[in-house]
Amino acid sequence: MNVIRRFGSFVTGTARMALVGGNRYYYAWLAVLAVCIVQAGFAFAHQFQHGLISTNMRDSVSWGFYIGNFTFLVGVAAAAVLLVVPAYVYDWKPIKEVALFGELLAVCSIVMCLLFVLVDMGRPDRFWHILPFVGHMNLPGAIMAWDAVVLNIYLAVNLIVASYLVYCGYHGVHYNKKFVWPLVIFSIPMAISIHTVTAFLYNGMASRPYWNSAILAPRFIASAFCSGPALLLILFQILRKVSAFEIKDEAIHKVAELMAYAMGFNLFLFGAEVFKEYYSNTHHLVHYEYLFAGLHGTPSPIALYAWMSLAFAVISFLLFLIPKTRRNVITMNVGCVLIYASVYIEKGIALIIPGFTPDQLGQVYEYVPSATELRVAAGVFGIGFLLFTLMVKVSVAILFERAHGAEAHA
Amino acid sequence: MRQLPTLPLPAPAPPAEGYSRREALVMGLFALAAAATATGCSAADKLAYEEFVQKHFKDLSPEELKDRLASMEKRYTEQYGKDVHVSATPPQAGVLFGYALDLSRCIGCRRCVYGCVEENNQSRDPQTHWITVLEMDKEEGVNLQNANAFYDHETVPAPGKFYMPVACQHCENPPCVKVCPVQATWKEPDGIVVIDYDWCIGCRNCIAACPYGARRFNWGTPSIPKDELNPNTEYLGNRPRQRGVVEKCSFCLQRVRKGLYPKCVEVCPVGARKFGNLLDPDSEIRYIIENKRVFILKEELNTQPKFFYYYGL
Repeated sequence: MNVIRRFGSFVTGTARMALVGGNRYYYAWLAVLAVCIVQAGFAFAHQFQHGLISTNMRDSVSWGFYIGNFTFLVGVAAAAVLLVVPAYVYDWKPIKEVALFGELLAVCSIVMCLLFVLVDMGRPDRFWHILPFVGHMNLPGAIMAWDAVVLNIYLAVNLIVASYLVYCGYHGVHYNKKFVWPLVIFSIPMAISIHTVTAFLYNGMASRPYWNSAILAPRFIASAFCSGPALLLILFQILRKVSAFEIKDEAIHKVAELMAYAMGFNLFLFGAEVFKEYYSNTHHLVHYEYLFAGLHGTPSPIALYAWMSLAFAVISFLLFLIPKTRRNVITMNVGCVLIYASVYIEKGIALIIPGFTPDQLGQVYEYVPSATELRVAAGVFGIGFLLFTLMVKVSVAILFERAHGAEAHA
Repeated sequence: MRQLPTLPLPAPAPPAEGYSRREALVMGLFALAAAATATGCSAADKLAYEEFVQKHFKDLSPEELKDRLASMEKRYTEQYGKDVHVSATPPQAGVLFGYALDLSRCIGCRRCVYGCVEENNQSRDPQTHWITVLEMDKEEGVNLQNANAFYDHETVPAPGKFYMPVACQHCENPPCVKVCPVQATWKEPDGIVVIDYDWCIGCRNCIAACPYGARRFNWGTPSIPKDELNPNTEYLGNRPRQRGVVEKCSFCLQRVRKGLYPKCVEVCPVGARKFGNLLDPDSEIRYIIENKRVFILKEELNTQPKFFYYYGL
């Protein structure tokens, strides 16, 4: 009974923390997210009723915006936890907090990933066919089945650790290091594996030369190491302002420096890919031509974004490489936004669409997402950000504001 | 028309064993749904529930398969207002189907495309075609990057052009089967790659993995006018499909397993299409492979298609 009461108090207590005591901006932010989610509900209802014909995907370009977002978010989820490594190596003071916020971001990203997969399925009602035992999981053959396995394990591990830390904090008990650290350590190779397996999903298909390249998985890891920390750096600065969360400037600058190396490596790998395609100049080059220019004299609708992504990547690389600009608050935050935008375009648009254009028989179908796709995607991000906002709010309340709250509770 | 040699049908496979745990789990998982449907359920609700808990084709015992076929027949018969038959004809031992297409004869008339649509109950609105006919320049030869699938001439063949119809190549090493996360598509012992439409989750990984652009997704709700439905159907072949699942050429499973030629072979006005048993050394298909200039599409991918293109003239 005691356990149930403690858990009940945890649930009601955290719910109160999430919803009470925010400032004006907090509630405005929640309202914006609520609007995103509600409008997406209508869009998804329409899609569910009429089928995926309400998207602009067709047999030629059979994956689009949804799967692009899925891929991007797997990267965010992976990199969020990888930030624990430098936090440990460089012995930043708030390593527990860095790990916790990283894990919360990972949980929310994976939730968004799974939602993007669900809205992309032709028959979401048959999701149980991929469950072990009740369904027919195609292991070891299908990479998508492996992806389902690693993503769900990763979600479970991060959810367990994060909720355990918050639960202990709520009841003012010290968390059991022997329980938490092995799981945190385990989540690090898991983080690498989720993004590697997701890369292999594309990489393994010989039908699509654009993806059938051995450096796809390393490129995924390198670019993820840019986008995930970019989000967390911005979060850390906000939290430092509005709560008792403390993180030294040096730590933030160190993350920015590491991001510069990751982006440098990402650009190098991309350059290697571009060299191979353009120098060898085989038929496989068509996908890069579609990405950066267009085919048969028609400009491609994604070329502008591809160039933007490249420009953002180079600029943010330089901003984070030069010590003066990465230590400057403004240029560093500009760098974070650019890096996030660059990787978002790279994964969301530039990875999926050119892989399908032209299609296997050389036909060109110009895909741009439909209004339904954009609206549903906005809702998925709304759910993810809402979840993240509420969880961060609760964690901050428990970690930094419990001093007198705990007394009242006692 | 020459009949394919008829071979003795193999005995039905014994029921799969060792699924009791899966069955128990499925039943447990859906006990609530069952309770919900039991209270004030309509026939449509019952059908929806039946569809939802539908087993994988290979997990059906002979009795379950019989029931399933009967209930499908009843539903399609009501839906289309005529007697619809659904069978699950098993593959024959000693048969491996192969196809050959004479590029020097094909005139690009697309009769095969529309013959296939009628025979295999493809959706008329939105239109689904299992066969894509590519138009290419004679001067250039086979170059998919300059192929046009949407040619629209008054008369064919257009001067200076040749035509290459492409459909499922029924690979011996099919990438689509490998990537399916739920085993909803597989290669039958007679070499035909089939799909269980009731098991497909619509993830479209197979469409991405197929190097031949042969697979079609039902983006909208498929529709066939009642009078145009072909009532002779197969579970893994040409029975009416649902929205949100993948379909493709099945070598006219419903015909070839009964000793008939595929519809496209039958309707081709110039005799460009040949079909037969690759294991029969005296078959026409073997003669073509051994004596003509034959090639397969995207040979370097090691998919090993059983669909051969050749120059007969």
